[in-house]
Amino acid sequence: MNMSFLRLSIWVYLAIFFAYLLGPLVIMSVTAFNSSAFPRMTPWECLTFQWFAELFQDQRILNGIKNSLIIGAGTVVLSVAMGLAGALMLTQVWPKLRATYYTIIIAPILIPGVVLGISTLVFWDRINRMLGLGADSVLSNGIFLTVIGQSTFIASYCMLVLVARLQRYDIALTEAALDLGATHAQAFRKILLPFMRPAIASAAVLAFLASFENYNTTTFTFGEYPTLTIELAQKVRYGITPAISALAFIIVALTVFFALLNEAKLKRQELVAAARQKATVEELAGKVRLPSFFAGNMAAVLLVVFAVATITVVGTATAYNPQQCIANVKEQKRLEAEQRIQELRKQREEQRKQREAQEAEQGAAQPATPRPSNNSGFGNVFAPNSLGNDGNESDDATPETDDAPAGNGGFGGVFDPNSLQGGD
Amino acid sequence: MSAGIGVDLQNLWIRFGDFVAVRDANVNINGGDFFSFLGPSGCGKTTILRAVSGFLEPSEGNVLIGGKDMKGIGPNKRPTALIFQNLALFPLMKVWENITFSMEIKGTSAVQRRKRADELLDMIALPGQGDKLPSELSGGQRQRVAIARALCAEPDVLLLDEPLSALDLKLRQHMRTELREIQQRVGITFIYITHDQGEALTMSDNIAVMRAGVIDQIADGKTIYNDPATAFAASFVGENNVFRGTVKRVSGSEVLIATGRSGDLAARISTANQGKLREGDEAMMFVRPEALSVATDGMSGDHCINVRVKHEEFEGNVFNIFTEDAGGKEIKVSLPNTGQSFQDHTGQTITLEYETRNAVAVPAGELAAE
Repeated sequence: MNMSFLRLSIWVYLAIFFAYLLGPLVIMSVTAFNSSAFPRMTPWECLTFQWFAELFQDQRILNGIKNSLIIGAGTVVLSVAMGLAGALMLTQVWPKLRATYYTIIIAPILIPGVVLGISTLVFWDRINRMLGLGADSVLSNGIFLTVIGQSTFIASYCMLVLVARLQRYDIALTEAALDLGATHAQAFRKILLPFMRPAIASAAVLAFLASFENYNTTTFTFGEYPTLTIELAQKVRYGITPAISALAFIIVALTVFFALLNEAKLKRQELVAAARQKATVEELAGKVRLPSFFAGNMAAVLLVVFAVATITVVGTATAYNPQQCIANVKEQKRLEAEQRIQELRKQREEQRKQREAQEAEQGAAQPATPRPSNNSGFGNVFAPNSLGNDGNESDDATPETDDAPAGNGGFGGVFDPNSLQGGD
Repeated sequence: MSAGIGVDLQNLWIRFGDFVAVRDANVNINGGDFFSFLGPSGCGKTTILRAVSGFLEPSEGNVLIGGKDMKGIGPNKRPTALIFQNLALFPLMKVWENITFSMEIKGTSAVQRRKRADELLDMIALPGQGDKLPSELSGGQRQRVAIARALCAEPDVLLLDEPLSALDLKLRQHMRTELREIQQRVGITFIYITHDQGEALTMSDNIAVMRAGVIDQIADGKTIYNDPATAFAASFVGENNVFRGTVKRVSGSEVLIATGRSGDLAARISTANQGKLREGDEAMMFVRPEALSVATDGMSGDHCINVRVKHEEFEGNVFNIFTEDAGGKEIKVSLPNTGQSFQDHTGQTITLEYETRNAVAVPAGELAAE
């Protein structure tokens, strides 16, 4: 009883936790497929892929993505190189200054990105002037400044990742390589680098993601090369469209894809290692019978399911034409609007009749009496025509509107209540 | 068998700050020898090895390999190969790639390397294991791969830094004979570091006994065991019963030592200390447990000790009697099992005797810690 309650509450907690974590992403992704012009999930209008098309036609977004990729690549190279150098320094050189050195090299992570951005800009501007270069030199180039600025703190992240791996490195391996005749460069390339490869890959991914999503520092340094985050921020200022949701969906999908790919690869390595343990010498020398790709590899199965789903969605998107649905929705909206107008007109008609009846009762004795009841007791303040309308004008307008329901006029029948049924 | 290339250490000093790790070492290692440095941990033997392999520059003195001074020559340029205490096999390379790493560095083709690796794998009795990873091998197999990797570099001198210390007893004993065999087959100089006197005695042509950075004695195993130069060498190599006292009389190569509680005892002065002991000097006398025997009743003299038996144990090949003398100092006696019946002496007072040539006298000095 007690145990089951505990278990239940754990599940509830987990559900809430994941809803909190993933809910916004799910909702944003869903809005990318809704034809509503504002990103929202309800009311659901039509399944559409138009926002993706719109996204890929937006030159500013595409340019932003291109700049982000260039800057990301530059930052990865620079940060991983600096991070590796820093990590080697920390673990293998200067044992006495280690604590101090660590503090210094970690500091950029603790400094606000805004400060790093401004200081990068000021510093390199200074250098640029000292060297007597113009405003169009490499040193004041947006890409250069952004890569340098981002790398100041991303290199520290990389270093932390690399240090963790480097601490497990046995320095005797380098010594063994030297002892066997390798130069220092050969020992580094053939022994240390292969050992560090997994950590370097992690650091590179981390550096790229950190660079891709950076705003604080980039906002000061981008110059004429706005990155994706900068472009998005500028766009959102003028209102948000589901095209941004579409972009978010693509990023989420790519993340899930690569996460699954990585997981599948790791699991595969595990399985191969296990198979090697069991293999005999002959099998190792010849062809090892390795387990098939999917056996016992949940992530690989998910990956394939995910890939198939993606292909299906893309295929559907190219073949699918939501024009009819969108037209229907538009029609329905117009009808709803029309209905509302009709209702208002009816109300107004009734008011007019009431008023006329009252006036008839009272006779011509009080012809100049204003119509207080008209404006106060009724809800027709929202009527499109009520603003600025005088009693007389409204009276003049009625004959016109009276015709509308009867004659189809210039509206082509779309306002005809019957067309609603017909359309369905 | 080639004569091999020798190694000489001349007035070698190695200091780390104020700490002296190696103090004025002078060693002459003949080409093709199996030479061991034997000493407790922290005595500086690994430091000497690192100086020979080139990872450490001596503070003073010279390392000569094949008569050539190695000053300023890096580890990758020296004709030495080092087998590390933890083996340091490259974890990401297959066994055959590990073995032929030295060839890869020189740019030898993969086909040739593979061929050489298979030859060496046959030699170390691991045929066909080349495609495994080091982590997939057992401790003894890894050991042999490390040896093959070092031999593949065709060094003139192979340096081994306690390579057997991580193995279990059975494997260690097996690897001892195997190492010795390999050394005799390839005929190069082996310099072996160990704190295990059994390893040093069974494998080595010559042994240097080290204590706190100082080399106490360099000699072959028999000499070190039977004719130690210092109190430390006597107490570190093998079991020994020690008697302290002052020199009462010196007559030629023999000496009479006045011990406090066991009376005056006669001993032979060890070869290295001939003429160095004088009357009144502090001295130590060492008698091996197997050199003592139970005397017949009523015997006395300068080679007899009266003791009380504390307890006895039967070890199979020997019968050990743990006794204490009048001062409470423990004396161990090991009687070889030759099929005789052993009397139980526990609690009795007996007399032990030894032959004077089996008791070694050296000047008083530091003993090895138990």
